[in-house]
Amino acid sequence: MVDVSTFAGGTPLHRKVQRSLRLQKLRALGLIAPLLIFIMISFVIPIGDMLFRSVENQLVSEVLPRTTSYLEAETIDDHWEPPNNLFWHLYVDLAIASEVKTHTRVGSRLNYEKTGISSLFRKSGRSIKRFGADEYQKAITKVYPELVSVESWENFLSENNQGELRITQAAFDFWKESLIENDKFSEKTKPSDFLFVVLANDIISGNTPLAKELLPIVTDLPQIKFKEQFLAIDEDWADPSIWRTIQLYSPNFTNGYYLNSVDLKKGADGPEIRPENERLYLLIFSRTLFMSVTITLVCFLLGYPIAYFLANLPFKQANLFLILVLLPFWTSLLVRTSAWKVLLQNEGVVNDILVAVGIISNLERLELINNQTGTIIAMSHILLPFMILPLFSVMKTIHPSYVRAAKSLGATPWTAFRRIYFPQSIPGIGAGSILVFILSIGYYITPELVGGTTGTFISNRIAYHISSSLNWGLGAALGSMLLAVVLALYWVYDRMVGIDNVKLG
Amino acid sequence: MPGQDNGFVVFSGVQKSYDGKILVVKDLNLSIAKGEFLTMLGPSGSGKTTCLMMLAGFETATQGEILLGGKPINNIPPHKREIGMVFQNYALFPHMTVAENLAFPLQVRSMSKVEQEEKVNHILDMVQMSSFGNRRPGQLSGGQQQRIALARALVFEPELVLMDEPLGALDKQLREHMQFEIKHLHERLGITVVYVTHDQTEALTMSDRVAVFNDGIIQQLDAPDTLYEAPNNSFVAQFIGENNTLAGTIEAFEGDFTKVRLDNDQVISAKAVNVSEVGEKTLISIRPERAETEEGRFPPGTQLISGEVMEFIYMGDVFRTRIKVGNNENFIVKSRNSPAQTRFQPGEKVTLGCLKEDCRALDYHTVAHEDLT
Repeated sequence: MVDVSTFAGGTPLHRKVQRSLRLQKLRALGLIAPLLIFIMISFVIPIGDMLFRSVENQLVSEVLPRTTSYLEAETIDDHWEPPNNLFWHLYVDLAIASEVKTHTRVGSRLNYEKTGISSLFRKSGRSIKRFGADEYQKAITKVYPELVSVESWENFLSENNQGELRITQAAFDFWKESLIENDKFSEKTKPSDFLFVVLANDIISGNTPLAKELLPIVTDLPQIKFKEQFLAIDEDWADPSIWRTIQLYSPNFTNGYYLNSVDLKKGADGPEIRPENERLYLLIFSRTLFMSVTITLVCFLLGYPIAYFLANLPFKQANLFLILVLLPFWTSLLVRTSAWKVLLQNEGVVNDILVAVGIISNLERLELINNQTGTIIAMSHILLPFMILPLFSVMKTIHPSYVRAAKSLGATPWTAFRRIYFPQSIPGIGAGSILVFILSIGYYITPELVGGTTGTFISNRIAYHISSSLNWGLGAALGSMLLAVVLALYWVYDRMVGIDNVKLG
Repeated sequence: MPGQDNGFVVFSGVQKSYDGKILVVKDLNLSIAKGEFLTMLGPSGSGKTTCLMMLAGFETATQGEILLGGKPINNIPPHKREIGMVFQNYALFPHMTVAENLAFPLQVRSMSKVEQEEKVNHILDMVQMSSFGNRRPGQLSGGQQQRIALARALVFEPELVLMDEPLGALDKQLREHMQFEIKHLHERLGITVVYVTHDQTEALTMSDRVAVFNDGIIQQLDAPDTLYEAPNNSFVAQFIGENNTLAGTIEAFEGDFTKVRLDNDQVISAKAVNVSEVGEKTLISIRPERAETEEGRFPPGTQLISGEVMEFIYMGDVFRTRIKVGNNENFIVKSRNSPAQTRFQPGEKVTLGCLKEDCRALDYHTVAHEDLT
């Protein structure tokens, strides 16, 4: 008997087998590597990025670190009044932000959640320079004339860095970092006005030898009343709901985009339904689903007889007709969609013919485009081949002897079709329907062109948020919702029909 | 022609053309008696399947009439003909279980559930597949599928069952086994069977009568033994069983027999089957087992033909000796494996003996080899 374990020259057999298998696997991997890398870069990573963007929310706490960390401990109800201290923090944050212009970005970000914040931030960023900081600068530089350059500020701070000027140090570091980060820092950069205010504040509130030494410089200066100043810029700074919005969106991650995409919003006690005039996405989601189902159904009703006809033709003729089915693919999608515009518009070919034949009068021309009807007609036409092809290839495999057998057993042609042919074509129906449905649920260009306002899909809203409103987070959340809906439907389909019941040929 | 009024199935002057130019079936006249097992045998493209399809109703006759039980059925759609049919690929409905397949013909006849179940169980018993009712056709072996296909064609008790090469997809052993089963079912149920095949062994073992088709025409319609032993023409002689041919020219007629000069100038006697005049070319058909190489075993009245051994093939139970006779290098003699049998060496001269009754002078008509498959 041969001892298999040490077969072939002393090397254990299992190791040899492993080695040869590993080589095979590596070779296989090498073959798929280009596609794998391509898919990773162009598909997996963008989808990951999209999923991340839909919850990511670092901007607010990044730009307004003091304000947000102060707000963390606050409970803001409708009677809450913003304390003075809060405005001091807001002042430091906004002063730095306005220097690097990030305050407008936070403004736009928060504006998605509460309209008006964007202009509030813009206005405040502009006016914050007039809070009287220049007087502080004058007074301090009179004593420390060297404090006009960034370098001397750094020296000054490091000499006195016994913890007395903690806030000034932090504000200065953050200011410098922000400038560098936003490419605004150069050798010519002068220390900003507000730094002197911060320094003065540190001096006043400090209880150290240095503070006492410096105190006389700043005691004569008029005290800046931050709260009054901000309220003077805009009364809205007294509105608790503004502060609540900032507070709700200070964490690094948020579910706000997702709540928004199902017509909810963050409230004081968890999610609440948006007012009726702000609700939009549930309607569009349900419309997208309804229209996709309708389009799938229309494609099935139109495609099944054609596929049946093709499958029962001799090979040569079937080929010719298949080319005709595929012919639309040879024309640009845009051209086909525009052609539907020509056909379906109010003064278009279809309406003209109906009027000419006398089916409708000139005054009651049908509205066939820029609504749901238009989208359904145009998209059914565009997606029809995706229904016909899988149906055809499945029907091709149904041998005519099945129907013959059924007839010879006494079934009428209709019964033979219904009980024998149709059930065997179901895998094709499944494949075609999944294809058409999934393609149509994410369709963009056709509904954009012929959908008007009532025939648009969720993808049109996503595109709007990505390219017009620049609310990428919401766009990403809507996209993720769409992905989730498709996966959920896929799961339901698998449960009901069985995914192995899908055949493309 | 067979009587056209008393047959259970009658083809009368039936013609079929698909393209309007070529007749696939040319003037078919055939009468099948009730309870008969008739096989349509022929090479592919000979028109046999077309005939079956016309009978089943899936093809229409271009001309002529088909009668079933005395009634013309040309205009009756297939589902009203009450003819059971077994298809070449079985055509079991893949989305139904075996029991559902069998119940299908009963359902479309609106039979009660109880009755359906009874009949399905009965027919499953008959084909010895009782425990397979809940399986899907895809889970059955070829032989089992074949039995279910057979059962399904029988379950609604048709008087006529058509079978289109039903055993073609089975391996040899199973095929032989199924041949007997079909034969026994036919005997037990007393149904009429029209069976289409290109396998002559199948045709010979199962049938009451065999219709040999070629070129859209029935070449010969006879019982298997007659067909084998007394073929009417060269096609049938070569298509049924193994056959040796010797080409020659008619020299003279002597009653039922004729003198034929072979191409090696020997003159032998042969039964005149379809030759008519002196000087005509002919093919003499001799079955391999009717020629003898052992002189000691020559029966009285043997005629001698000289030849040369080309090859000796040992096949276990029999020997095949390939002999060159005249221009024919493929004259086969089949002999039983016995100690007395000479095992020839290639190149040996040999004398063949055969009775003149076993030599049949037929029309001079060669059949290309591929036509026979």
